Amino acid sequence: MAAESGETTRRAELLDAAPRRGAGSRTESMVLNLGPSHPAMHGTLRVLVELDGETILHAIAEIGYLHRGFEKSVERGTYTKVIPFTDRLNYCSAILNNIGYVKAVEKMMGIEVTPRCAAIRVITGELSRVMDHLIAVGTNIVDIGALSNFWYLFNEREKIYNVIEDLCGARLTTCYTRIGGLAHDIHEGFVEGTRTLLKELPVAIREVERLVRGNKIFLDRTIGVGAIGAEEAISWGWTGPCLRATGLAHDLRKRDRYYGYGDYEWDVPVGENGDTYDRIFVRIYEMYESLRIVEQALDRLPDGPVNVDDPRVTLPPKGEVYENIEGLMNHFKIIMEGIQPPAGEVYDATEAANGELGFHVVSDGTGRPYKIKVRSPSLALFAAYPRLVKGKMIPDAIATVGSLNIVAGELDR
Amino acid sequence: MTRSIGEAARARLADAIRATRNEHGIEVLEVDPARVADVLRFLRDEPDLAFAMLLDVTAIDGLSLGWPERFRVVYHLYSLSRNERAKVVASVPEENPEVASVHGLWKSADWLERETWDQYGIVFIGHPNLVRLLNHKDFVGHPLRKDYDIKKGQWLSEPDDLMDQLEKARNGLLPDN
Repeated sequence: MAAESGETTRRAELLDAAPRRGAGSRTESMVLNLGPSHPAMHGTLRVLVELDGETILHAIAEIGYLHRGFEKSVERGTYTKVIPFTDRLNYCSAILNNIGYVKAVEKMMGIEVTPRCAAIRVITGELSRVMDHLIAVGTNIVDIGALSNFWYLFNEREKIYNVIEDLCGARLTTCYTRIGGLAHDIHEGFVEGTRTLLKELPVAIREVERLVRGNKIFLDRTIGVGAIGAEEAISWGWTGPCLRATGLAHDLRKRDRYYGYGDYEWDVPVGENGDTYDRIFVRIYEMYESLRIVEQALDRLPDGPVNVDDPRVTLPPKGEVYENIEGLMNHFKIIMEGIQPPAGEVYDATEAANGELGFHVVSDGTGRPYKIKVRSPSLALFAAYPRLVKGKMIPDAIATVGSLNIVAGELDR
Repeated sequence: MTRSIGEAARARLADAIRATRNEHGIEVLEVDPARVADVLRFLRDEPDLAFAMLLDVTAIDGLSLGWPERFRVVYHLYSLSRNERAKVVASVPEENPEVASVHGLWKSADWLERETWDQYGIVFIGHPNLVRLLNHKDFVGHPLRKDYDIKKGQWLSEPDDLMDQLEKARNGLLPDN
């Protein structure tokens, strides 16, 4: 005992005698840019962080690196010419944007789409949602080190893209809807192709689900990370999977029941803690639900036209354009003067992959939109990002940004 | 029978409501620009209305529409309990385009008001950090105004170091940052 305590004293004396390393030094915080050009900052997001070690003291988000002036540009063309612009909002699920925009204009003009059109919009929209969630989950978990899942999910996404490419001729820039209907009906082989997807996708998604669910690293990196409560999420204007991850079953497809979403049997998955883990799993479960909807919609796909019989918006059949003057004039007026909604305003929203995608359209009665404002779900999500990462560590910030699935095209417009 | 949003607002804030109408199923309240914050607070806090969500803020430039005032500031609200939307509109003149900021009512108002300032030049009085959101810091003018020519390019190459923003955050002026 005595020897031991003697040794302790000696060690203390030695320590006292040693020159103090770092005596008189001070700690300084470090200022670091996350992004805008970094793979972990998905696209073009920039966050300036002040760090104490690895802990974030303050975070300032700067957006606009992908601002292309969507709202200014669309004022120059006709209402139809807006549709390709909408492809470039959330480019991971372009068809959902196509649908959101034309639905707003249709509401303004009092147009109800045909049952076949509604069903095809549901099918293609839900496939797009699955693609979007595959990207969101895949890139989120690759950011936290799980590379193999990324390949598994992107393989599946590629299969959906093949079907979408057969349908529209493009993978991302689909431009598939038209005011009053669709660019064209589905092609021969679409139903079979989609049914094959319905068999293959759940297998792959389940595989990834099993890989991550019990993985300790994954759980450590996601549980409790970037958590937010429902009340605060509402105040930030959050919608979509990120709001549902806080436990609130808010989904416009259920609430507004547009396009017969109320007639299909499906559930709204919700989380509990509003953290990164919940956001990932809400998206995973939503993919299964989307596939359920697609299956039912394929089973009862109605026959009939995909475009409404309304000369204000639908181009006449080519036979009439070539053979009689009324058809020719009608075609000419829709193309040259454009579709003319009555003067007034409309706000309409759909449940896009990231949440409420709203279009506020102002018409002055001419063939060009007076104003179109996009209510982007990503903007509300990213506005809360500095608050989510303040006081947290850098790796948590990376896991969090992926789970919000900010798409810069939609964020910056 | 639940009362309509317009009725409820008129009952309490008759002097602040100029007109109400229904626009494709959405209740629209035209309000006195000086009372915007009062009306919005009422819509948020009244238990049977409970507009807990401010979805969007924007403006409309009525330059060629012959409106008495050039700009309309528009707020899109959503009530989860009613599953109902509302639109609050305040007309503001060109020479004095300002309304009170509602950043204290909804956290989403922060960026949405910044964007409306950036794009339309609407001033939100009391906003703690009314700087541009989408456009470059040195951008001149407000691009979504109808008299801003779409072809007018501006060459802006100086990156924003954001240190002024960080300084505000350090001083506690930006509590969420």
